[in-house]
Amino acid sequence: MPASPILMQGNEAVAEGAIAAGARFFAGYPITPSTEIAETLSRRMPEVGGSFLQMEDEIASIAAVCGASLAGQKAFTATSGPGFSLMQEMIGFAEMAQIPCVIVDVMRGGPSTGLPTEPSQGDVMQARWGTHGEHSVIALVPSSVYECYTLTVAAFNLAEQYRTPVIVLSDALIGHMREAVTLPEPGSLRIAERGIPDCEPGEYDTVMSDLDNILPRPPLGSAFRVHVTGLVYNRRTDAPETGDPEVAGDLGRYLREKIYHHRDAIARVEEYEMKDAEVAIFAYGSVARSAKAVVKWARARDVPVGLVRPITLWPFPTLAVDRMAEQVRTVIVPEMNLKQMSWEVQAAVSGRAKVVDFGRVDGKLITPTQIEELVRAEFYYHDWSKS
Amino acid sequence: MTTRTTILSLPKEEYVHPGNRACTGCSLGIAYRIGLKALGPDTILIVPPSCLTVLQGLFPVASTKLPSLNVTFASTAAAATGVLEALKAQGREHTKVVAWAGDGGTADIGIQSLSGAAERGDDFLFMCYDNEGYMNTGVQRSGTTPQGAITANTPFKGKMQQRKDVAAIMTAHGIDYVATASASYPLDLYDKIKKAITLKGVKYIHIHTPCPPGWGFDTRYAVKVGELAVETGYLDLYEVEKGEFRLTGASAKTLEKGTRKPVREYLQTQSRFRIMSPEQAADAQARVDATWSTYSSGEG
Repeated sequence: MPASPILMQGNEAVAEGAIAAGARFFAGYPITPSTEIAETLSRRMPEVGGSFLQMEDEIASIAAVCGASLAGQKAFTATSGPGFSLMQEMIGFAEMAQIPCVIVDVMRGGPSTGLPTEPSQGDVMQARWGTHGEHSVIALVPSSVYECYTLTVAAFNLAEQYRTPVIVLSDALIGHMREAVTLPEPGSLRIAERGIPDCEPGEYDTVMSDLDNILPRPPLGSAFRVHVTGLVYNRRTDAPETGDPEVAGDLGRYLREKIYHHRDAIARVEEYEMKDAEVAIFAYGSVARSAKAVVKWARARDVPVGLVRPITLWPFPTLAVDRMAEQVRTVIVPEMNLKQMSWEVQAAVSGRAKVVDFGRVDGKLITPTQIEELVRAEFYYHDWSKS
Repeated sequence: MTTRTTILSLPKEEYVHPGNRACTGCSLGIAYRIGLKALGPDTILIVPPSCLTVLQGLFPVASTKLPSLNVTFASTAAAATGVLEALKAQGREHTKVVAWAGDGGTADIGIQSLSGAAERGDDFLFMCYDNEGYMNTGVQRSGTTPQGAITANTPFKGKMQQRKDVAAIMTAHGIDYVATASASYPLDLYDKIKKAITLKGVKYIHIHTPCPPGWGFDTRYAVKVGELAVETGYLDLYEVEKGEFRLTGASAKTLEKGTRKPVREYLQTQSRFRIMSPEQAADAQARVDATWSTYSSGEG
């Protein structure tokens, strides 16, 4: 019997998705608009035999998550902008030490305390470059309550598969929105489990990950010798080695290529009404909902507009953007920040199409009407009175 | 001996405008209003995200007449240090730098910067108003939430751990002045602030501020609940001046009288303690009794 739809909030869906993905450890700190994730887990984690911890701040939260993951639990935290900023050093540690974990950032207006209760997409570049040094990152952007669930599951799978922190970029609107959702049947989800290296503990020093075969790290305290460091380390031994440029260069390139090499496999995009589109709207997260409404409105008037909605924001979906750039004459990029992804689109489109940006940083959602106006301008010759 | 302030001798000047964003019945408003009267106009306030940043809003532009710096959550004491040193460099030592942080911004995320400033001996007053939880984000447990209290994320059994005694932690820093106070006893608070600002280094005052929506009692009872906390010995009004401990105000009177109300009378005023186990309630009483036995055996 198929599951019946239930009314659920985006933040609750994140919490349930994490549990479905096998997360049994959550550490967090109260912050609007992400708090419901923690509140839900304070009830749910004890029910499924997991741990719920409220820490003394966000630095402690992500540090506990890294510790828990290294000890063998699927672990995650949830926060918003100010907390996400505090977590950046440890996110870098997780990148460096290749620790699978998930960080949910429910974006609100910033910088600083900003607009605690209003949505924003101002953290998309922080998700990419927030921590210092060369690194790669995976960030997913849900645009519905259902996706809050499925993308949280996907985030844990990617974290395990690529041994990396994965960021889920929700926002105050998606997080607080309630929608009727029919959750996937529990058995129907693909769940990536953490393995242990396919070798004897004594042979562990002789095996090494490569880009197409990323080996799991055995948990701390197992029979394997495990050394975890934030220093540059030798990829074969995991031991710190900062004096050899070859070792440092090898690690630096590996950490980047580990994700970039697989970006076409990782990057997911929804292409809607793009078949004959002359103008594309590139929109993600909550703004994509307004954008989709505009595409429907335009199509009802025989105006060839399509939507390209990145579900994976990082790595940047270059393949889909390439396809779009070859096809359309204009790309409209509405986002609740000022040009953060629009610059990225412009770089990828590389002059093959015109890029029109539209930003809003007042804590309010970009409305369909605002996007409609941009579409009308691109089809100024269309007789709108007829439709 | 300092002369005790009465309502009649309080300064007439108001530094909190009528009309602010605090919840109905919030006792922080009392402590804040009286506290600012004690501090006077030559004061700069440092406030991290907390209920007070909400309270500071409204009136035509803001509810506070004093210059306010709303910093990030972890940074209150460190920001106070920066302001203070800059004032010093400009020869403006007369201006008081005063931090007002909630219990989360003091006991949890803020304790590192507060401890650092206390160790350095930076010359400012740090006020912690303790509503015993993250009320601003919807009532989550904090380090000072008492055992047994239901919060949004201790929903089943209430908080399992004991509350963190920040005043004791600050006393252990060996600073010149540590005091506890209550919004229900504003004149006691007033006198403590007056004394604190005459002393050097970090001074620390911990104010109990009952919270109607967070603790679950009717909005008209904030003062009553605060009084019961003191009358039952659940919260003691004291000061530690240069290492000398002294009970003050209503707590000193309670000690003289030799009888305290049972802690149960305080706990049962609040719905957050509704599922508290008899063992937890007995433990709360036993802890109060143990503390008070040290008072009676000492010089008092």
